[in-house]
Amino acid sequence: MQNAINRRLFLQLAGAGGVVWVTGCASTPGNTASADFYFVQLSDTHWGFKGAAINPDSAGTFPKTIAAVNALNPPPDFVVFTGDLTHISDDPAERRQRLKQFKAMAATLTVPVVHYMPGEHDASLDNGAAYQEFFGATHYSFDHKGVHFIALDNVSDPHASIGAAQLQWLQADLATQAKDARIIVFTHRPLFDLYPSWDWATADGAQALALLEPYSDVTVFYGHIHQEHHQMTGHIAHHAAHGLMFALPAPGSQPKRTPIAWDATAPYKGLGYRRVAEAKGSAATLTELPLQGA
Amino acid sequence: MLTRRQLLTRAAGLVLIGYGFNGAWAETPAPKVYRIAARRFTYTPETLEIAANQPAIIELTVTDVLMGFALPSLHLRTDIIPGQIARLKLPALPAGEVPFLCDVFCGSGHEQMGGSLHVV
Ligand SMILES: [Cu+2]
Ligand SMILES: [Fe+2]
Repeated sequence: MQNAINRRLFLQLAGAGGVVWVTGCASTPGNTASADFYFVQLSDTHWGFKGAAINPDSAGTFPKTIAAVNALNPPPDFVVFTGDLTHISDDPAERRQRLKQFKAMAATLTVPVVHYMPGEHDASLDNGAAYQEFFGATHYSFDHKGVHFIALDNVSDPHASIGAAQLQWLQADLATQAKDARIIVFTHRPLFDLYPSWDWATADGAQALALLEPYSDVTVFYGHIHQEHHQMTGHIAHHAAHGLMFALPAPGSQPKRTPIAWDATAPYKGLGYRRVAEAKGSAATLTELPLQGA
Repeated sequence: MLTRRQLLTRAAGLVLIGYGFNGAWAETPAPKVYRIAARRFTYTPETLEIAANQPAIIELTVTDVLMGFALPSLHLRTDIIPGQIARLKLPALPAGEVPFLCDVFCGSGHEQMGGSLHVV
């Protein structure tokens, strides 16, 4: 019974319109009502992508997303972009142009705090040089209302590696935390081998997970695969977010990882963003918000 | 009966994998050597036929930018650096398909860059 009530509250909180679904794993819907705060994860906006068969509204999808986030009431404490802000161009000038346009548009988010992270489309062709000109550091940590957040960069090295230097930084950063501290990690690629045949992995991700392993309360939010996905490695939960330009097929479901075609009968299908509600003493509550109907 | 030319080819193969060649017959058969050329955003050939149950070496070259060549199912990979020949040793494989892909992000066509070994 308690669950039913909580679920109703939860659905209200999740906002009007659109289908809301609650993910399983370490999530419990009931906690939202008593949440300390929530943040929004946006991923894979791929600004600059063109392809009418995949997304005929490629210029309008990001503004639509921004409007949806700005309409959230109460607003989130912060927004995090987990990479692939822009779609790759082989021309460095065009890459900077896309990053610049993205930054100007993201500035229209009314949420005062926005955290950025690169994806391989933003950073892998120049080791993150252009990205850093616009958005600064590619890995960092911060604390918010009792939660320790860590952004890890597994894209600036085109080999999809975090690298020894950053792993050392991670180790030092974690050393400041109690073993039972609440830790949330943001990355672009999965830290575990989700599907290496499609490059859905991090070359030295296992080393990062080994450093995180001694901590009892670790959750990872990532992007890159343009679909919802939930998996545990040991006691660490990993949650992939929907993309916001095109959807990708389920791992291994077809020979190639080609984007899923636009469905004119269901525009924006497969695109969406995520709310994560945090409450002391309970697992994070995830709400997937589809862009369809938003 | 091996011709002198076949003998030399064989010797070259043995030297390649570092066994050396001192004029006597070595026990280990020389791996067959195959070639794949990479450029943004394709491999040529995209399907490489290789002989089953026999070790092989793939010689990889690239004409434009740094690329990768990865065989995730075999846990094997190499960088391909412009101006150099990368050599990837393969164990004897059973007949079947072994997919490969570029695992070093190389630009706008990177995600489509892959192919397969057709082991027969
Ligand atoms: Cu990505
Ligand atoms: Fe992406």
